[in-house]
Amino acid sequence: MAPVLEITDLRTEIRLRTSTVHAVDGVSLTVQAGETVGLVGESGCGKTTIGLSAIRLLPPGGHITGGSIKINGTEIVGLPDARMRQIRGGDVGMIFQDPMTSLNPTMPIGEQIAETVRVHKRVSHRAAVDRAVEVLDLVGMPRPRERLGDFPHQLSGGLRQRVMIAMALACEPSVLIADEPTTAVDVTIQAQILGLLDRLKSELSTAMLLISHDMGVIAGRADRVAVMYAGRVVEQAETVEFFDHIRHPYAEALLASIPQPGQDSQRALYSIPGNPPDLSNPPAACRFAPRCRYATDRCRTEDPRLEQDAAAHGYACFHPVPADDVRPEAAGLRLAAQARLRETRRTDADDLILDARNLVKEYPITAGLLQRTIGSVKAVSDVSFGIRRGETFGLVGESGCGKTTIGRLLVGLERLTGGQIVFNGADISALATRSRPAHGGGPDDPAQAGSRRRQISRLRRDLQLMFQDPYSSLDPRMRVGTILREPLVIQGIGSRREQDQRVAAMLTEVGLQPAAADRYPHEFSGGQRQRIGLARALMLDPKFLIADEPVSALDVSIRSQILNLMRDLQDRHNLTYLIISHDLAVVRYMADRIGVVYLGKLVESGPADTVYSTPAHPYTAALISAIPSPDPHSERGRNRTQVRGELPSAVNPPSGCRFRTRCAIAEEICAEVEPPVHSFGVDHYASCHFPLQRPVPPAGTDGALVRTQQDPIADRPPASGRLVPDTTGDAVAGQ
Amino acid sequence: MSDIPATPSAPNQHTADGAVAIGQPLPTAAGTEDGGLDQAMPTGGDTPAGRSAWRLALQSFLDNKLGIAGLVLVIAIVLFCFVGPLVYHTNQISPNAAQINLPPSTRHPLGTDYVGFDVLGRLMAGGQSSIEIGLAVAVVATLFGVLWGAISGYLGGVVDSVLMRIVDIILAIPSIFLFIYLATVFKPTVGLLIVVVSALSWVGPARLVRGEALSLRVREYVQAVRVMGGHSTRIVLRHIVPNTVGTIVVNATFQVADAILILATLSFLGFGLPPPAATWGGMLSEGTNYLYDGYWWAVYPAGIIIALTVIAFNFIGDALRDALEVRLQRR
Repeated sequence: MAPVLEITDLRTEIRLRTSTVHAVDGVSLTVQAGETVGLVGESGCGKTTIGLSAIRLLPPGGHITGGSIKINGTEIVGLPDARMRQIRGGDVGMIFQDPMTSLNPTMPIGEQIAETVRVHKRVSHRAAVDRAVEVLDLVGMPRPRERLGDFPHQLSGGLRQRVMIAMALACEPSVLIADEPTTAVDVTIQAQILGLLDRLKSELSTAMLLISHDMGVIAGRADRVAVMYAGRVVEQAETVEFFDHIRHPYAEALLASIPQPGQDSQRALYSIPGNPPDLSNPPAACRFAPRCRYATDRCRTEDPRLEQDAAAHGYACFHPVPADDVRPEAAGLRLAAQARLRETRRTDADDLILDARNLVKEYPITAGLLQRTIGSVKAVSDVSFGIRRGETFGLVGESGCGKTTIGRLLVGLERLTGGQIVFNGADISALATRSRPAHGGGPDDPAQAGSRRRQISRLRRDLQLMFQDPYSSLDPRMRVGTILREPLVIQGIGSRREQDQRVAAMLTEVGLQPAAADRYPHEFSGGQRQRIGLARALMLDPKFLIADEPVSALDVSIRSQILNLMRDLQDRHNLTYLIISHDLAVVRYMADRIGVVYLGKLVESGPADTVYSTPAHPYTAALISAIPSPDPHSERGRNRTQVRGELPSAVNPPSGCRFRTRCAIAEEICAEVEPPVHSFGVDHYASCHFPLQRPVPPAGTDGALVRTQQDPIADRPPASGRLVPDTTGDAVAGQ
Repeated sequence: MSDIPATPSAPNQHTADGAVAIGQPLPTAAGTEDGGLDQAMPTGGDTPAGRSAWRLALQSFLDNKLGIAGLVLVIAIVLFCFVGPLVYHTNQISPNAAQINLPPSTRHPLGTDYVGFDVLGRLMAGGQSSIEIGLAVAVVATLFGVLWGAISGYLGGVVDSVLMRIVDIILAIPSIFLFIYLATVFKPTVGLLIVVVSALSWVGPARLVRGEALSLRVREYVQAVRVMGGHSTRIVLRHIVPNTVGTIVVNATFQVADAILILATLSFLGFGLPPPAATWGGMLSEGTNYLYDGYWWAVYPAGIIIALTVIAFNFIGDALRDALEVRLQRR
């Protein structure tokens, strides 16, 4: 059978002002009908360029300079634009990463889908709309006919992604190109969307090219896998064969650098040193050689070709990883075995460096000329937790659950609506509420403001924040040296000379050359910038560091470098971390204890391994089950406890248990009574009416969650959920 | 596993650095002994050889032909106005009834006007005041407007509302009437014109910068300064204003052109610098009286040089905008 999509020796270049980037350099790939081929690689490796080449929608300066792309036997390289327009959207459907920017915000979704149909088929408007209803139904849009008139902004992220898929499917394409279809959505939605793509592929027997940086996504959904590095396919095989017998050192290293469910969190992650090569001037040798552990002189002078072995497993390497029965975890462990074992840190349950008590944050919603308050977004509702000196506490949850707000409350970027933050024994909630610039705040008495400012300044030294986006967290107009010196200048620490010395020392410590101080941020790669961001947060020698999604903006191969660096610095400076992330695997690997946040509530907290292996709250269990794991065996056999629907609005959160609207085991009581906190062993707490395990009274140890829950705060409105101890709540009563 | 060379992996490099105390020299040879490319490289990878953002922008500006043309033209006009009179001496003070409305000749390359002044010499003299006032207005209006906008945008809330309503009020004043009113009450001087034109021109940059500040204040690097304990003053002056500098520079060039046009308009209406001071707008205004007499040299030279100057500054502004945007979109 002829493949539906056949790419042979494709070469695509992107011409820039001063150089030409060889984004795709001789890639061959085929996709059969009803088959999903997964294309994995880091950003900048050319995987998206392949997708765009196949629909001939390259960015400005992009040209296909060689090779051929055949869709259903039609050669599209050099095809006239008029004919290409028929193929685009007709024979090939494309699903883009970000549904918000890929849909026209001024057009109802029904019209947008119908437009696609009418461009390609001579049908009446009515027939096109009918087709829109049909495909919307196909992608699982509830009540599709009523939704036709909705505008994209009226839909949630997951529904928008469904509309995008419906649009791509409207003309019954034979090839579907999905470019990172789930990167912009949460892990629970990701599971739903991937399930949908899977179902569509088998129902419609479409050929699908699934482009992703996530090995887990590929492992569960692709029939074949192609790994790209620096514009080339370096390894290609059937999915099971690939994950069972990884041959290329890059693919092996990439897998090993991802924190995996079975990962021993005492060991450092493997990390690929250095950065990918500059594709405007690629080396005439193995492109991975400079970062490869197995590289020899031959690798640095000769270019390996992609060759196939007996099992139709292709790889481009002179020194492939031995083909014994190596499962991915084994690969990870083998590499990790060389890594140093981390010392176990001892933390004292009573020595809390930070105690957050009943944090509440509500944003008023105003309307009308007089800006009357008509409601509020309940971003954080009664969250309490304690963080012990020297430990790493992880906060996980979907986007919009309030975890970032909690971090911002702690460092004083937001003012508390209610509750108390005790840091190092001092109540800092009063400080936190005043530290914002005048956003409608009343004028302060200048003298008082001055002393308060000094207090805040002192506090800031010990409590620092590390930002998510390495591209926006460094001032582009400042040299790195100035950026790093700024905290010292603000705090008035040291002379200029001492400051410069400290900058150089800190750069060395985060793995950069001191010469970096004279450069501008835009000259560095994402990982290097994140190192600079980390260095800046550590300039004041803080005791406590809040890291908000520290690695989610980084490439997979760079992530482990940063995670390892963070752990090293923690050991060296005796830091306490609060890591906020949507990525449960990262949090489990980094954290000693985990808190799970759902819609402004802390639903479960406990030791990382315990929560991960035996979750008590149905939401935690669903979250864990939704994480794609890079192991096709477990991924395919897995019986997923999928979470239905999407995160409800925080303006009118569901009554009782906030998770009940998506919970598989919710009953009437969940809607009426807010669930009490139960204890499930040492330090392990969850609030649920029907926990997944039997609650046990705590064994003497004192849990921060429960204890602080007990503290009465006088000015709290009673309606927003005092936890009432129930019969099994001796934990609460016993304190 | 047997055929794997025992090259230590990156985590080991971290460990190698592990004992490094602050202030000690660089622990570069991070454990790789086999002579790989990464031998002397810190774990974070190489530090790029530096090219500043400004140099990239300059490069891009120099690639822009229209921008270069504008720059050359502006330099030529400035030389013409300020160096020209040193070479080409003319009488621009006392009228000469014997030389009224002479057509261009070798003695008067662009002829003479209705009171006998040499037109070429008058263009030079008129240009001086136009360029001086234009540049001064651009500087004053930009400085004031940028601060106003940055403070308004960064602080937000009530402050923003008040500051921006003031801007709205100024925008609502019909500027020509205000100029004419002021010119009839006061005797126009270079200083007064600078103040008055600036007073109406700063609202443009103020609005632009406020818009930028609104988006800049939520950037993570601005929040980072707040987490460090930095004041609002520092944030506005060190972070927000420098990051709007692209917009500011581009806008300032257009401001020069606008100010020259406003000045010409005022002079044309008879409310510019009083005679005998030469202005381009005044020359145009007087020349139009003789349009039907065929004295074309009384109108065209002034009209053309006003247009050329404005176009030249606009070319520079456009090229600057492209240059500064390319810096952001590079790659």
